[in-house]
Amino acid sequence: MKKAELMDFDKALELYEPVLGFEVHVELNTKTKMFCGCANEFGQGANTNTCPTCLGLPGGLPQVNRKAIESSIRLGLALGCDIAEASRFARKNYFYPDTAKNFQTSQYDEPIAFNGSLTIELESGRQVTVEIERAHMEDDAGKLTHKGGATGRIQGADYSLVDYNRGGVPLVEIVTQMIEGGEADSPEIGKTYVAAIREIVKALGVSNARMEEGNVRCDANVSLRPRGSNILGTRTETKNVNSLRSVERAVRYEIQRQAALLSAGGTITQETRHWHEDTGRTSAGRPKSDADDYRYFPEPDLVPVAPSREWVEELRATLPEPPAARRKRLQADWGFANLEFQDVVNSDLLDAVEATIAAGASAQAARKWWTGEVARLANVAGVAADSLVQPHQVAALIELVEAGTLTDRLARQVLEGVIAGEGTPLEVVDSRGLAVVSDDGPLIAAIDEALASQPDVLAKIRDGKVQAAGAVIGAVMKAMRGQADAARVRELVLERAGSAE
Amino acid sequence: MSGITAEQVAHLASLARIDLSPEEIASLTIDLGQIVESVKKVQEVATPDVPATSHPMPLTNVFRDDIVVPSLTVEQALSGAPDRDGDKFRVPPILEED
Repeated sequence: MKKAELMDFDKALELYEPVLGFEVHVELNTKTKMFCGCANEFGQGANTNTCPTCLGLPGGLPQVNRKAIESSIRLGLALGCDIAEASRFARKNYFYPDTAKNFQTSQYDEPIAFNGSLTIELESGRQVTVEIERAHMEDDAGKLTHKGGATGRIQGADYSLVDYNRGGVPLVEIVTQMIEGGEADSPEIGKTYVAAIREIVKALGVSNARMEEGNVRCDANVSLRPRGSNILGTRTETKNVNSLRSVERAVRYEIQRQAALLSAGGTITQETRHWHEDTGRTSAGRPKSDADDYRYFPEPDLVPVAPSREWVEELRATLPEPPAARRKRLQADWGFANLEFQDVVNSDLLDAVEATIAAGASAQAARKWWTGEVARLANVAGVAADSLVQPHQVAALIELVEAGTLTDRLARQVLEGVIAGEGTPLEVVDSRGLAVVSDDGPLIAAIDEALASQPDVLAKIRDGKVQAAGAVIGAVMKAMRGQADAARVRELVLERAGSAE
Repeated sequence: MSGITAEQVAHLASLARIDLSPEEIASLTIDLGQIVESVKKVQEVATPDVPATSHPMPLTNVFRDDIVVPSLTVEQALSGAPDRDGDKFRVPPILEED
């Protein structure tokens, strides 16, 4: 592959204004496919979830999944869209091996949702409102793997293999209007916008929203307009950019690549481009055909979808608090600094921390335990932190620490016990005998022994060198196997030293 | 007078992956032209008070519940495939080397 020449990003912005557009595909988590009763699930063998309808065989007849319509309407509403009074499906005709029907069942002139907007906030605090042109329903394509050739990529492969399990799975495609004025923030706008969509579909529960599994996929359109011109440049569409970081990188890359080409007197070809995660580059895919070439026409096997206004309002009443508003509210309620709050958000622990606080824990303690020890153990086990332990258990653990029954160190052992399935925190304390020794009797015995064996230290303490007590405290904590409250031990050491005349 | 040109027919044929001879293109251009003429006549009577429709049945909202039904077996699914590799369909190369 010829190395594309890139222009410095700042220089590119001096000469050109980036214009963006995004198409985000959201895979719905219905039990069945969009138009047939085949299971919408993966992980089993290839081609196990297919039928004449999703394979496009003679005799197949599509039937619309009610739940998919419901999810699409809720998603449309969450994006501030109008919901169409009359909406219909259309065939988008093209030949590609991932689509056995030779057309995709999509929507063309009457999408289910349109005219929405989503306001996102960048790290600088800048707010950008992204206008949503439409959100339409369609079915997903099968999965291709490319065999032979140098790299296993589509280019130069000897042949390809198709698994149609994903073919026919319901998608909602969310299309933005042109985003102008992004300027140097353009890459971050891409990343933040896709993150916001992901957060919304997750909060709605309409998608599993795992980008690494392709539940949320982004096509990024980028074009450059020379400064001082009002004529839009030719755009490229970079397909299937499937992580937030990649969205940012792909937008930046296309700005730099197109700027280099244009300033050298070249022209941009309107085409789809493939994003390569490994090299951080895009390469030319098939030339973009004109919309007319798809020969859209109304799907004759399906009748229109005309959601009643009552149904739409019923669904509107099921919408959760918008994720961005919820974040603002929770951060204010909890009194977290930005970094503390970001830590919780980035670890995907908002729900867990919220539930832990609801179960009685203080906000700071809930944050500390989830993003600290629980996250560490989850990381070691290679699982999500919130799958490791229940919020009410963490709250119970925190209560034991705050009551003085456990030190942090003991609490970490109790947490391990809880995760190992040994019972509630209290049960683990009992069964492992981990409670702090709060009875002064055994402590005093241990202190007296330590003082007697270290007469020089005792002398120093009596001379007023209080910091010398550390050696005795350490010895006592060791003797108590850590099951003592260090502050109480310190008090007692000073008291005993003073009285041991 | 035909509303369809031979170039349009050739273009449609290539989009539909249909290999047509020059004779076939000529004859289809006439046939399709006649169909376009007939549709034009229908449009003349379709005044603005006649709503456009894509379906002859006065039906909307025909839905199915989200309940899984058995799929084909892998063998059934692959039985019509020209080529296979294990449980997957095998297809010719899609893109040339870049």
